[in-house]
Amino acid sequence: MRKLLLLTVIVVVGFIFIARLFYLQVYNEDPYSLYEDNAIRKVYDYPKRGYIYDRHGKLLVANQPSYDVMFIPREVKPLDTLEFCNLLKITKDDFIKFYEKAYRYSPRLPSVFIPQLSRMEYAVLQEKIRKYEGFYIQKRSLRDYQTTIGANVLGDIGEVNNYIIENDPYYKSGDLIGKQGVELSYEEVLRGVKGIKFIQKDRFNRDIGPYKEGIYDTLPQAGKDISITIDSELQEYGELLMRHKHGGIIAIEPSSGEIISMVTAPSYNPNLLVGRQRSRNFSKLYTDTIAKPLFDRSLKAQYPPGSPFKVLSALIGLQENVVTPQDQFSCRHGYYLGNRRLTGCHSHVSPLAMNQGIAQSCNAYFVNVYRRIIDKYDKPSEGMDVWSNHVKSFGLGDYLGYDLKIGNKGRIPDADFYDKWYGKNRWSSTYNISNSIGQGEVETTPIQLANMVAAIANRGYYYTPHIIKSIEGESIDEKFTTRNYTTIDKEHFEPVVQGMFDVYNTGTAYSLQVPGIEICGKTGTAENFMKIDGKRTQLTDHSIFVAFAPKDNPKIAIAVFVENGYWGSRFAGRIASLMIEKYIKGEVTMTSMENWILTHSLENEYAKPYSGKEFGINRQSSLQVIDKITKDTVVNPSSTRTSSFNQ
Amino acid sequence: MQREYKLLNFDWLTIIIFMLLVFFGWLNIMSASHVGDIENYFDMSQPYGKQSIFILFTIVLIILILALDAKFYERFASIIYALSILSLIGLFIFGKNVNGATAWYGIGGMTLQPSEFAKFATSLAVAKYMSDLQTNMKTFKDQAKTMALIILPAILILLQNDAGSTVVYAAFFFVFYREGLQQIYLVIAVFLIGLSVLALKFNVVIASSVAALVIFGYHFFGQRKRPQLIQPIAAVILCVAVSFGVKYFYNSILQPHQKDRISLWLRLEKDPVKLLEMKQTILYNLNESEKAISSGGLTGKGFLQGTRTTGKFVPEQHTDYIFSTVGEEWGFLGSALVVILFVGLLLRILYLAELQKSTFSRVYGYCVASILFIHFLINVGMVMGLIPTIGIPLPFFSYGGSGLWAYTILLFIFIKLDSNRINEW
Repeated sequence: MRKLLLLTVIVVVGFIFIARLFYLQVYNEDPYSLYEDNAIRKVYDYPKRGYIYDRHGKLLVANQPSYDVMFIPREVKPLDTLEFCNLLKITKDDFIKFYEKAYRYSPRLPSVFIPQLSRMEYAVLQEKIRKYEGFYIQKRSLRDYQTTIGANVLGDIGEVNNYIIENDPYYKSGDLIGKQGVELSYEEVLRGVKGIKFIQKDRFNRDIGPYKEGIYDTLPQAGKDISITIDSELQEYGELLMRHKHGGIIAIEPSSGEIISMVTAPSYNPNLLVGRQRSRNFSKLYTDTIAKPLFDRSLKAQYPPGSPFKVLSALIGLQENVVTPQDQFSCRHGYYLGNRRLTGCHSHVSPLAMNQGIAQSCNAYFVNVYRRIIDKYDKPSEGMDVWSNHVKSFGLGDYLGYDLKIGNKGRIPDADFYDKWYGKNRWSSTYNISNSIGQGEVETTPIQLANMVAAIANRGYYYTPHIIKSIEGESIDEKFTTRNYTTIDKEHFEPVVQGMFDVYNTGTAYSLQVPGIEICGKTGTAENFMKIDGKRTQLTDHSIFVAFAPKDNPKIAIAVFVENGYWGSRFAGRIASLMIEKYIKGEVTMTSMENWILTHSLENEYAKPYSGKEFGINRQSSLQVIDKITKDTVVNPSSTRTSSFNQ
Repeated sequence: MQREYKLLNFDWLTIIIFMLLVFFGWLNIMSASHVGDIENYFDMSQPYGKQSIFILFTIVLIILILALDAKFYERFASIIYALSILSLIGLFIFGKNVNGATAWYGIGGMTLQPSEFAKFATSLAVAKYMSDLQTNMKTFKDQAKTMALIILPAILILLQNDAGSTVVYAAFFFVFYREGLQQIYLVIAVFLIGLSVLALKFNVVIASSVAALVIFGYHFFGQRKRPQLIQPIAAVILCVAVSFGVKYFYNSILQPHQKDRISLWLRLEKDPVKLLEMKQTILYNLNESEKAISSGGLTGKGFLQGTRTTGKFVPEQHTDYIFSTVGEEWGFLGSALVVILFVGLLLRILYLAELQKSTFSRVYGYCVASILFIHFLINVGMVMGLIPTIGIPLPFFSYGGSGLWAYTILLFIFIKLDSNRINEW
């Protein structure tokens, strides 16, 4: 017995130790990763970010060096703080605050003292920095915008957030990543691949040397330059025209689906989001909940399309063989079902056939066509689905698949939609005739509408709209060079195109003709509502216009939305005509039309709902005349309220 | 022929395990201590180079020990013991202070730690005394005398502020027990350890209550003949006194760092802020060593490839924390192998000790096994966070000349004694 005590204890201890080792090393173990080993410092070598050019090769976005003043708190020796603070334009209190904050973080590790000095500030400091021990200057690369336009297209880069760091192992804290626009969509192309060096550290966090002689180290790969489809001159012009209005313009080249310009208003100068003032400016833009300069209306604003949608009703009517271009319908200032007027209309000749139906934008005509489509089938639900599928083949009612990361689906109702609303088979075509004229349940975004026009301009197909023109040494995504066919046969387009042409010739856009260019267009006016103090209040109608030109071999298809612009040809139509002339001729000859746009503002109209007073809409609204805007007028997204931006 | 015959008598299994441990230890010292590339295994500016020299010198020692007559050790045990005690006393006059302990002699560029050598000297003395025909370990008088042999060096070492080395002398308890110490001491020892832990972890009331339950339980149900109540009552009162004593000892006598180690081990500290602070100060070593071991995984990062070892994240890694290098670079397989080698060595020594015909050899063998076991238990247990921090080296593994030589002498005297077993009637 006495012999067994030590023996037992030894064996038991042996087992306990092996069990503990098993727990520590096998059971409890996360797979070992060099990246997560904090004994290894990972030093990243950031490649040059790719440049961005416009469709004609004009440089839009480049890089600029920026200089951070860095310091290691422990190594700072007593210094002439007064002189140092004067150099950096800070107070002594700031100095103490920065120092203590960094010291608390780590006395041994480098911290940023002042981020992103300008080149001027750097020049002054460069001479003297060696006098201040413990301080040094670190170079970083920032974006350098060669232009003041296209903030919504180009986007910006900023520090990566924690969500991305956790989900994408490529990004580390402090890395820059595309936040919006092209910078976001083509992040992986533009950023390149950063190089990495693994450095062995000791327990004081000092470097001892490369880990395993650097066999795992990699060199950075430079980001690729890209060209985007934007015509920067047209883009600039569009942004100028949209000043003091809210809305969006999308112009597409129908023969390729390239987005020539993509304007949202109000917008901002992309340079605001670079450098030291980025976060301050960003929060100013972000908190402007009235003008919403960060909200890209050209992609995201979902409005009822109004009358431009009527051309689809015509096309579907022809395709479904329920109407011929010659069939006439009468209009008595609206569409009547028995004695009940379902929809109103303005004054025009009656009865009229398709051509004038489009040109005069007759509501009654399209309600008739719509009812014939829906009622062609035994059940309205069947007809509804047929109609819905035709409409959706134009890229409406779902994400278009363009290469920018924001957007809205829009809404195209189908039988299911009304079954849910009214109950199965408890509705008929008269329940939703507003769809025929682009009101009711139909909603679209400007880019969807522009794409629809491009499909009409192409007589039956469209290319998925895209912003990328070329990537250095790479071909663009195949889906952007593939035709998407609509469900409408080619021959049905001619009468409709002719009708749109007559919109300019004799119809609602008669006054907007551009000498020498055959434009096909369609005006639109859409009712809209807003909740004010919990009450649904109608605001002045949106002004909408779609067009393409020239009539044969179209070069541009365009959709313009101007919020609360009252009627189609008033703001949107003028802007569309000017844009078309600018793009096709390269210059604008219609100076009086241009002057009108540049001297009229809708800011008063936008301020109304927030005034807290009673206000009138449409007829009771008045035009606000302002001094002519020029290119050099400072862009200020929220001009209704004075807030200054730090440049 | 005579000579070959003798060589075969050595227990080669023990020698092979010894060599494996020393060699593997040397590899890990190299890993834990090298700065820059390893060009010369005998680079005297680096610990692994010095260790190479220590190991070479060990061979000389071994030959010397094995060449001497086996009877020499028994005969000269008293003198060796006396010399060792003198060397410990001499430290108070000539000693060199390293890390707060006055435990070294500086000779030229070298240092010697007499407390390491005192271990085998004390073992020899204990074996000699116990093997005396006049000694009866069942009597209290002889127990006390043997105890005195052990307590003398232990106190001297404690006075030099080397508490870790003092704890090692508890190993002799196993020897005492083997040689006839009454069972009741074992019961009391286990009982007192349990009582102390309870008193510290909870409080005196709980500890005393548990003790009273156990004592009265034993009194009423455990014994056939019930003696008077006075005995259990006295025992309980003693327990209460001991609980208070332990509490007082912990609160007032222990130095703050020792107190913190125990408090951490028993998870007494609940304040998260204080705990975090402790993790960065006294728990730092343990924390880093556990992290290094965990990061090794099943197969380890490979020789010289441990990132935490290369980065010197674990302080004292080539000495007391050498096992964390094994954990990181050789993984679970390597560390478990080391544990198995140690357990194998200890069991082999025990087996051989039981085979001895002379009491002296048996007792000495037991001393060797117990001392090595205590080192193994405390060192490896500490590095893995199972035992409060007590700074003693891992025999044959940790860097250091005195330690390596002392353990080699300790072990090889036994191998010599064992080889001579056939010659004794």
